[in-house]
Amino acid sequence: MSVVTGNSYLKNLLHGQSQLATSPLEKLNRLRANAVDRVSALRMPNIHDEEWRFTDISPLTKMSFQPIRIASPLQVSDVEHFYLSEAVTRLVFVDGVYAPHLSTQLSDTSEDSSVVVSNLSAATSENLATIEPYLGHHTEFQDNVFAALNTTFLHEGALIIVPRNVSVEMPVHLLFIATQKEVASYPRCLLISGSGSAVTVLEDYVALQEEAYVTNTVAEIVLADNAIVNHIRIQRDSNQAFHIANCAVSLARESRYQSVSVALGARISRYNLNVLLADEGAECTADGLALISNRQLADTHTCIDHTKPHCTSRQLHKCIVDDAAHAVFNGKIMVRPDAQLTDSSQSNRNLLLTSKARVDTKPQLEIFADDVKCAHGATVGQLDNEEIFYLKSRGLSEVTARNLLTYAFGAEIIDRIPIASLKFQLEQTVLERTQRS
Amino acid sequence: MIYQESKTLLEVRGLCATVNGIEILKGINLTVKSGEVHAIMGTNGSGKSTFAKVLAGHTAYEITGGTVVFEGKNLLDLAPEERARAGIFLGFQYPIEIPGVANNQFLRLAYNTAQVQRNKDELDPLEFDDLVREKMKLLKMNPDFLDRSVNEDFSGGEKKRNEILQMALLDPRLAILDETDSGLDIDAVRIVANGINQLAKKDNATILITHYQRMLNYIVPDYVHVMESGRIVKTGGKELALDLESHGYDWVSVEQPATVGT
Repeated sequence: MSVVTGNSYLKNLLHGQSQLATSPLEKLNRLRANAVDRVSALRMPNIHDEEWRFTDISPLTKMSFQPIRIASPLQVSDVEHFYLSEAVTRLVFVDGVYAPHLSTQLSDTSEDSSVVVSNLSAATSENLATIEPYLGHHTEFQDNVFAALNTTFLHEGALIIVPRNVSVEMPVHLLFIATQKEVASYPRCLLISGSGSAVTVLEDYVALQEEAYVTNTVAEIVLADNAIVNHIRIQRDSNQAFHIANCAVSLARESRYQSVSVALGARISRYNLNVLLADEGAECTADGLALISNRQLADTHTCIDHTKPHCTSRQLHKCIVDDAAHAVFNGKIMVRPDAQLTDSSQSNRNLLLTSKARVDTKPQLEIFADDVKCAHGATVGQLDNEEIFYLKSRGLSEVTARNLLTYAFGAEIIDRIPIASLKFQLEQTVLERTQRS
Repeated sequence: MIYQESKTLLEVRGLCATVNGIEILKGINLTVKSGEVHAIMGTNGSGKSTFAKVLAGHTAYEITGGTVVFEGKNLLDLAPEERARAGIFLGFQYPIEIPGVANNQFLRLAYNTAQVQRNKDELDPLEFDDLVREKMKLLKMNPDFLDRSVNEDFSGGEKKRNEILQMALLDPRLAILDETDSGLDIDAVRIVANGINQLAKKDNATILITHYQRMLNYIVPDYVHVMESGRIVKTGGKELALDLESHGYDWVSVEQPATVGT
């Protein structure tokens, strides 16, 4: 049923794909060819597909998008307000195209030169050998048309390789800047963290103009034994834009993945996060905040898959929904038969600020092991009257009390971001968007 | 302490209140003058906590009869925040956790609201930091509590100390402390009680609501009231608490079933 003849929309999106330069990495060429095959076999999802029930992407399919032909001539002064003081290493992509003059590569700084932070298409032959087993391996695109589309254009992207036992002190900033309307960009990230390594990566999507464009991203994150990865993802695309993202994370023994994802922008956004706890003692924290208004739609689908014993997962996903906006959360926790002594908790809390705001939440717990500790729950509602009374009993006005509690609802997630200047910026954003007079 | 010729702070007459149509307070009479410490004791469900929340203006309760006058003002006409600004403070039995708001931010907001009310200057974060650290010493609180979210992951004792810290900052005319001793170990009771004693002055008053006599070993009340079924059924001096401790609450009901306090 997924075969649709005359799928001209998808065919159109592939325009120009065949002109991509052949990569020295044979696997990459094969991946692209496979992906082209899949795109021609698949169709765009619609609300009759279970995974897209609440997220109607028909506005996307009514518009035409192409990868850019001519890059915007941006200067540092145009974009430096997006830079973060803590992140000395920075890869900047403008409308999906790597911008070396805006980037600061790790080799330019004094950090350990064995660490790779570079454009994927500039990978050395040694790096190619390292990435070969991982690239395209973790994000499944057989049945995922957006991941397949991204893979057809697999060319440039952010490549981070942290060797064994190396700790990268400063966060790495991956900055994706959209500047033009009707552009489709296909950002790609691959992070390979060696055993015992540690790194913090910020994936940051921003816009210079309020235009309609599509960002379709794929990120793959691989943690070897005892590795620690902090992954912060900020989606602050234009309010006209479409943002579709797939992220796949794989954790080996005793490794730890900690993520905070924040959705602020886009007309329609969809984030699929798949975390595979592939070996014993792995730990994952996946927190999220969607702060949306007007007619925005933010959809987060997560799957945390416990496959081996003694793994831990923690998830707190929050949505603050204003005006006639619509938030969707679908969070699956899978506990496989072998995953005894799993310790998992998941909570989805939603704050609706108006009577027209809407949320659809579906926490799913699938447990096939018998000795596990799993807790999950979801709440939807307005501010708590007991909390308001507590603040008023301290002399705060009704409005101040409500503002403070709404702010706090979002700030609880922002507080978990380990980059001080970014945290401060986002606290201001939450403050601006939650205050009423 | 009872002072001659001190002013009446609070005058409650025939106060009745319901929640969801069920009558909880059935005609309470209570007079509190400045300088005094009152203890209200009673079994669970006797209406003690409801009385405290009604005085603070909780909207879950409907007032069905009686009057409450606080420093000449009709308290029942005021919203909770107006009562707070007029000088009423409720120490919560179960203080609310507010993840995402730093305790120092919350305390400063509350403090500055009170400053504006008193026509005094608001304090900036640095000035406030000095003040709050000084007040925390009174309660032997670790300054770490300033940077943590309001009451989040605080132990029972830490939450209660945080309540008394707020009381110390807001400097109310009338503090109503609802089961402030519950959940505290014996050292914490002593520290919290000592804090409350130091805050008691000639021009303010305290109502302690408590189930047990324990707290009263450290804070000596001028009056002890016993509540039962939404009424004050007995009023006495500090020795009444000891009688209750040795005889139990049944003793009051048996001895003086029809007495209405003051």
